[in-house]
Amino acid sequence: MPKVHVQTNINGTDMDFLCEARQSLLEVLRDVLGMTGTKEGCNDGNCGACTVILDGRIVDSCCVLGVEAQGRTITTIEGVASPEGLHPLQQAFLEEAALQCGICTPGFIVAAKSLLDREPDADEGRIRHWLAGNLCRCTGYDKIIRAVLSAEDIAAGRGDRSAASTGAGAGAADQRDVYND
Amino acid sequence: MATTADRDAAAQGKFRVLGTRPVRHDGIEKVTGAARYGADMLLPGTLHGKVLRSPYAHARIRSIDTSKAEAMPGVRAVATSADFPIIQNREVNFAQSLQNPRLMAENDLADKKVLYKGHAVAAVVATSPHEAEEALNLIEVDYEVLPTVLGWREAMKENPVLLHDTLTERMTVSRADPGEDTGKPGNVASHLQLKLGDVEQGFSEADVIIEREYNTQTVHQGYIEPFACTAQWMPEGRLTIWTSTQGIFGVRGNVAAILDIPESMIKVVPMEIGGGFGGKGTGYLEPVAAVLSRKTGQPVKMVMSRKEVFEGTGPSSGSFIRCKIGAKNDGTFTAAQLYMVYEAGAYPGSPMAGGATSGLSAYKLEHALVDGYDVVCNKPKTAAYRAPGHPQVCFAVESCIDELAQMLDMDPMDLRIKNVAQEGDRATTGVPHAHVGLREVMEAIKAHPHYNAPLGGPNRARGVATGYRLNGGGSGSSATINVLANGTVNVTTGSMDLSGTRVAVAMQVAEVLGLSAEDVTPQVVDTDSVGWTGGSGGSRITFDTGRAAIAAAQLAIDQMRDRAALLWELEQDDVEFVDGNFVSKKNPEDRFTFRELAGRLMATGGPVTCSAMDTQGGVGGALAGNIFDVEVDPETGKVDIIRATAFLDIGQAAHPSYVEGQMQGGTLQGIGWALNEEYFFSEDGVMANSSLLDYRMPTTLDLPMIDCEIIEYANPRHPYGLRGAGEHPIIAPLPALGNAVSRAINQRVYTLPITPGSVLESINERDANGS
Repeated sequence: MPKVHVQTNINGTDMDFLCEARQSLLEVLRDVLGMTGTKEGCNDGNCGACTVILDGRIVDSCCVLGVEAQGRTITTIEGVASPEGLHPLQQAFLEEAALQCGICTPGFIVAAKSLLDREPDADEGRIRHWLAGNLCRCTGYDKIIRAVLSAEDIAAGRGDRSAASTGAGAGAADQRDVYND
Repeated sequence: MATTADRDAAAQGKFRVLGTRPVRHDGIEKVTGAARYGADMLLPGTLHGKVLRSPYAHARIRSIDTSKAEAMPGVRAVATSADFPIIQNREVNFAQSLQNPRLMAENDLADKKVLYKGHAVAAVVATSPHEAEEALNLIEVDYEVLPTVLGWREAMKENPVLLHDTLTERMTVSRADPGEDTGKPGNVASHLQLKLGDVEQGFSEADVIIEREYNTQTVHQGYIEPFACTAQWMPEGRLTIWTSTQGIFGVRGNVAAILDIPESMIKVVPMEIGGGFGGKGTGYLEPVAAVLSRKTGQPVKMVMSRKEVFEGTGPSSGSFIRCKIGAKNDGTFTAAQLYMVYEAGAYPGSPMAGGATSGLSAYKLEHALVDGYDVVCNKPKTAAYRAPGHPQVCFAVESCIDELAQMLDMDPMDLRIKNVAQEGDRATTGVPHAHVGLREVMEAIKAHPHYNAPLGGPNRARGVATGYRLNGGGSGSSATINVLANGTVNVTTGSMDLSGTRVAVAMQVAEVLGLSAEDVTPQVVDTDSVGWTGGSGGSRITFDTGRAAIAAAQLAIDQMRDRAALLWELEQDDVEFVDGNFVSKKNPEDRFTFRELAGRLMATGGPVTCSAMDTQGGVGGALAGNIFDVEVDPETGKVDIIRATAFLDIGQAAHPSYVEGQMQGGTLQGIGWALNEEYFFSEDGVMANSSLLDYRMPTTLDLPMIDCEIIEYANPRHPYGLRGAGEHPIIAPLPALGNAVSRAINQRVYTLPITPGSVLESINERDANGS
């Protein structure tokens, strides 16, 4: 099958690659470029494990064709940390134990990053809505949500407001608002 | 980076390291995308394999013609069951073992029959996955389609269609017993009967008797990472398999049996595992990839699609359970009886026995009778799923108890506490309970602020339940300690880390050696590099592998005492290890910190390396529980969870955050099982919802925060009192949610999942009965 030449920018670096027209962006990232941090969980846009940021919007890279990357800007999990250190989300996921098996973690971190990039003070309800396209089967989401809230504080240089969150905590709060948000 | 350990260390009394919350050692790789999972492996020259799967739920294979596929450009080889030596060498023998390798081979590539939609039939290897997939369409299989035996009802009716011509029912009286062949042909593989006392007498002593029937559906573990492996079989040489599995030694054993080669010819390398929950204890692709690699002389990688995961790998059993309990007016149970049918899927081996032994065992019963049936039908062969077999039976028993409490006008926890089994009381297996914190968990639930908090709105109710797992398991673990010259330590194990067990094991080593968790580097290695270790399942890694690592660390201390003795010209007995220091008993001024002595090992005889194996097993039973507040929309039947609290007796938490994580994650899976998840089958056995859109697992929007109450009732079988955490939390959410919804709509729920449609039906039924 003939290959298409695609020029794009991934994690701040101009890159080009050859891909078949039928290959998804996820396949290109993983199999052509060797960037396996982006994960495949379902290959039909229902789990969010392959989330990347494409021109500022989060997409399931399994549902984007590789050729559609032409002239676009892409951020993957490999571009979230900098040489200076981890992103506040990565730091918070570690400190809050917001991962178990870790396969969904890159997708969650990339999706949450795109939220915090535009809404640095998103509340719990907003975070739950934003991350509803990312499935996690290990954590029950509790520690993931707390980690995103904690990352907001780290990024803003505020004290860690999640201190009450590591154990039995804010249980009395009625979570109903989340559903109506 | 600051660690959460700092936050909790001050609160610690008993231990220095256990009970704190250090950052996991494998964390940075996992938050940056650097960690390598099953599908992230790509060797130079790798070919890609794909599996052809049966479109029918039940059919005889008349012939398979692979010639067109083999001729397709890009295709390098095709495999069928004819390539598995065991299919040729050995007859099927159901009596031999429910896990016999011949049947495993047939599940990996069907032999003469396909037994479920999605059953693997053949495999193609090509230069790209797309080419391999295209070539599957060129394989011609001639099927003789047979009637579908879709569930236990059809399977157990008179003169049923048979899945296996030679299957006969086995009668057993204990879980470990292979039992006796009754010679009765059918789809019932085994009947387990457990008896305590005389139930008829027990029921005759009752003031009130309740008997109800419960149904649960086939559900999947739902791990986010599909199965993936790479095999490289060197010509005339060894076979190496890189795979995402819960047990590398299990894969080695199974592949050796199916391919009829010695285990010494195989090396299994663990990749990171993206969730398993029991479902990745069994491999499917490895022997197929191995055969394809042998045929091509190149590495072969195989990755399942999500649809293949649903249709071609083991879910947990659908079940039918009849539960009967007799009680005095004061709530004292006089007898209990269970009739339980578990669907095994295509081959025998449902988790019925796990449910049968645990279902009633949290309660003190003079008289009990349990009859469990393992029944084959045309669904995927079931696999383990977190406390295998327990959620189903617990849904029945704990729903029945809740309804009984309402009949007796008793508080549901009071009724449980009144009947709770104590140390020395016999479980349904007849074996007396060891030291288990059953009452402690029940009392913690009742004492929790959530238990009596206001519900805060109409159409709301609270449900509670407990979930017991009688866990005798534990197959053995090995661990090696290497002391480094800078006073840090590496601990090497063969236990795949599904959930943070590396850090939990490292913390135990740190506790022994007087080090910090960060000073201990845990690593999980391949089958050539560590002693035999059973799979990561049965809530046993922090417990079993922890115990092996503790033993290895203690050996290291003894060796280092020798070195200190050498330097001080004393005997080993003259050196003690106190608070992380080696101290001379003769002259207390003489002391080395661990680090100081580690720096002198090379000068005193060389490095210290110690290995230990723990084969004692027996992590022991434990109780979990949940309280849920729900709100039911009377117009749509939708159930919202307003508040959730989880309880677990963990003995002693190694890393409380990861214990909470197990509790919260188990609760999520239990919620899915109770409210959303099920396999929908067409009449001819085709799964209609084989995507993560239609098989709907809970999302961030479906759940509230899940509060955790960790109960620490020390386990005498572990030096630091640890119990397992992995499985128990999934059990109680099923009945707790059933009880909550039943109380909210004032009509009992007997069938899972509790979908909006089923809730509306229950409401209509209630209104029709005028209750």
